[in-house]
Amino acid sequence: MEFCLSEEQKLLQDSVGGYLASVSTVEKIRETATGDEAMSKEIFDGLTELGVNSVLIPEEHGGMGMSLLDAALIQEMIGRHAAPVPYLANAGMAVVGLNEAGTAEQKEVLFPKIATGEARIGIAMSERTGAREDAKVTLEGGTLNGRSLFALDTGSATDFIVCDNEGGLHLVKADAAGLEITAMGTIDNTRSVGELKFSGTPAQPLSSENEKGLAASKMLAAGRVLAAADTLGAAQMMIEKAVAYSLERKQFNRIIGSYQAVKHMCAEMAAGLDPCHSLLWYAAYAADAIPEEAELASMHAKSHISEIGTMCARKSTEVHGGIGFTEVLGLHFWFKRIGFNRQLLGGPTSIRAEAAKLQFG
Amino acid sequence: MDLKLSKEYEDFRQEVRDFCEKSKDQMPGPREIGASDPKRQAWQKLLIEHGYTARTIPKEYGGYGAEPDVLKSRIISEAFTETKTLGGLSNQGISMFVPTLLELGTEEQKKRWIKPTLEGTHVWCQGYSEPNSGSDLASLQTKAHVEDGMFVINGQKIWTSGAHESDMMFCLVRTEPDAPKHKGISYLFFETDNPGIDRRLLPNMTGAASFNEVFFTDAKVPMDQIVGERGDGWNVCNATLKHERGMLGDPNAAGTRLKTIIDMMHEETLDGQRLIDNPVYRDRLVQLQAEATAMQYHGLRLLTASIKKENPGLSRLIVKLQGCELNHQIASFAVDLLGELGVLYGQTPLVRNNGTWQFSYMYDLGLIIGGGTAQIQKNIISEHGLGMPREPKVGQPKPAIPA
Ligand SMILES: Cc1cc2nc3c(=O)[nH]c(=O)nc-3n(C[C@H](O)[C@H](O)[C@H](O)COP(=O)(O)OP(=O)(O)OC[C@H]3O[C@@H](n4cnc5c(N)ncnc54)[C@H](O)[C@@H]3O)c2cc1C
Repeated sequence: MEFCLSEEQKLLQDSVGGYLASVSTVEKIRETATGDEAMSKEIFDGLTELGVNSVLIPEEHGGMGMSLLDAALIQEMIGRHAAPVPYLANAGMAVVGLNEAGTAEQKEVLFPKIATGEARIGIAMSERTGAREDAKVTLEGGTLNGRSLFALDTGSATDFIVCDNEGGLHLVKADAAGLEITAMGTIDNTRSVGELKFSGTPAQPLSSENEKGLAASKMLAAGRVLAAADTLGAAQMMIEKAVAYSLERKQFNRIIGSYQAVKHMCAEMAAGLDPCHSLLWYAAYAADAIPEEAELASMHAKSHISEIGTMCARKSTEVHGGIGFTEVLGLHFWFKRIGFNRQLLGGPTSIRAEAAKLQFG
Repeated sequence: MDLKLSKEYEDFRQEVRDFCEKSKDQMPGPREIGASDPKRQAWQKLLIEHGYTARTIPKEYGGYGAEPDVLKSRIISEAFTETKTLGGLSNQGISMFVPTLLELGTEEQKKRWIKPTLEGTHVWCQGYSEPNSGSDLASLQTKAHVEDGMFVINGQKIWTSGAHESDMMFCLVRTEPDAPKHKGISYLFFETDNPGIDRRLLPNMTGAASFNEVFFTDAKVPMDQIVGERGDGWNVCNATLKHERGMLGDPNAAGTRLKTIIDMMHEETLDGQRLIDNPVYRDRLVQLQAEATAMQYHGLRLLTASIKKENPGLSRLIVKLQGCELNHQIASFAVDLLGELGVLYGQTPLVRNNGTWQFSYMYDLGLIIGGGTAQIQKNIISEHGLGMPREPKVGQPKPAIPA
């Protein structure tokens, strides 16, 4: 038994984290968040050069053939620096979906493009985690009809993977006929989501062998692990910011970090979040190594880390006092990122219901 | 103990309801609710005439002059909510400055300032906090010295809610620099269009900007625009802080918000199931409802105590902490109910209720911090309410060695 990150994994995290620390600054995030597109091309290109888009792409397709844990460690860094780039859907869920159900040709065409950043794949499958407004996408005679809400990373997408109401997966070009993309504004201006409307939209099935939506389930589980990783990174950063601030800020002639009330807030955040690293590692590792536990583990990770992340977002803001409630320090970017992740691909209540059903019927 | 309404009160309820129905045509529309809007001011006057706002403020100062009556106040607010009628103006002038003047102002000040404040002619903001003086408000450094018979103010305030829409400000400044920190402060008030005052909006995390940084450079203020004595401002302001804590924790809002949520739970579906039919959400709803009910009746208990001139002690000290927390929890529940719809924000397709729930989720966290943070509230509850000792002082700088 050896439950820890490998030297390579630590190096990977350091190099991605180090790069993001230098480019995904509060000023840069602020600039991106007020622009039209929830993506900084500069950061995306820099990350692409580091090879992060190809970690999950198999070696025979020119990728690194690494595990979901590696992708999760990268996503954790992206969350840590609230980096305004698509990753979760594009380099995560899409690659998992293609690996599972893509035809040889689809993989050959798309993998190299994902690796170089030329293709960016958005994901439309939120209905699988619980449909709002009775939204659904149906397949009729090889074309798609209906609507999907909260499609991920729509802003810069060149293609979409769309999940229909029976769990079938389809590739759709962003400029396909009969596809209407409507951007949706959320609290988090560092990522983009939108509504996709299909009317007789031509689509390529990902694979006819994707029976009973197994590939879709696997994609969803991967997405949940990655969303949890993003929250983990963001929450970790919020704790560090709170502790640092508490050592600087003085009230009543002493640093506020010397008050038990403030220390306890920090300790509660740390005590809650620390085991979340372990939970995340386990869930990400299970995706590749313990398939029979993977789905439940992804649900535990997503729902639990969302709860702890929400607590950290709030307490860190409280430690900062009034200034934490303003835009001055940029703390709110992390707060909102955690809030966004919480509802993404199923909120905690829905996921827990799913997890209970999975186990106990 | 009796909560049943006698005929007098039932009649009163009918009277208020009738007023609300009958006066709808005079009520300002959504774009006419600013305090300076003539339609809003006319509405305010009408409400005061009927005693539906400024109810217990003496007639000679522009109020309605009724004896405090818990049930009547409650009936008014219920009838207004129920009939969706716009209530009286509320701003820091009405909720804080007026009560302070009533308690500590001179007769002349009361006559001069209360009426126009109640009528919306003057809108006030509160200039207390400074960048380095938040929880430790008494350490404030904005100074006033006397020159040619005027106070001359220099320094900076921050978090001044509504300063950009206010024509008046009440403010704490250090006038006696040599006195101990609590004894050197005065409570001044003045026009905000003073050439020595510069107000700059400070956006908050909701994206909206409701508070300001206020910079003072030789701002001159007449020496009679002070409440209480020079150097007594700390006591004067504590009289107002008490009112603010009561106000921020207002529990009636919670019930109204829950009603909106219940409607939403009937309308919204997840996988075709109404949210109101989901057992987990039902549980969370009823939990919040029970707490809101507790706080609502807690409010009645406090009002009764104040009529009987009894000191409610601990019961009053918990209101800000519990009330703000409850509101935050309610907003958080609403966002969770909406799931991904709940993160939509701003002018955007499918957004529910104009993004109100996300706004409240963030703003209510601001209110947990503003007006005395939750941690400070807990200090107050344990030290003043439960008689527990203060935290030991640490790291106090040693007194400077005299030269
Ligand atoms: C929405 C909002 C509206 C506001 N409106 C106004 C207004 O209109 N006018 C105005 O003057 N001010 C206003 N304020 C300012 C508000 O009163 C201060 O933000 C608040 O008192 C906290 O001060 P601070 O921000 O400097 O935080 P700090 O005092 O620096 O607090 C930082 C952290 O340290 C903790 N802390 C500090 N001292 C202690 C202690 N002794 N024991 C334990 N913990 C401690 C705090 O709880 C907090 O967690 C508003 C603030 C907000 C958020």
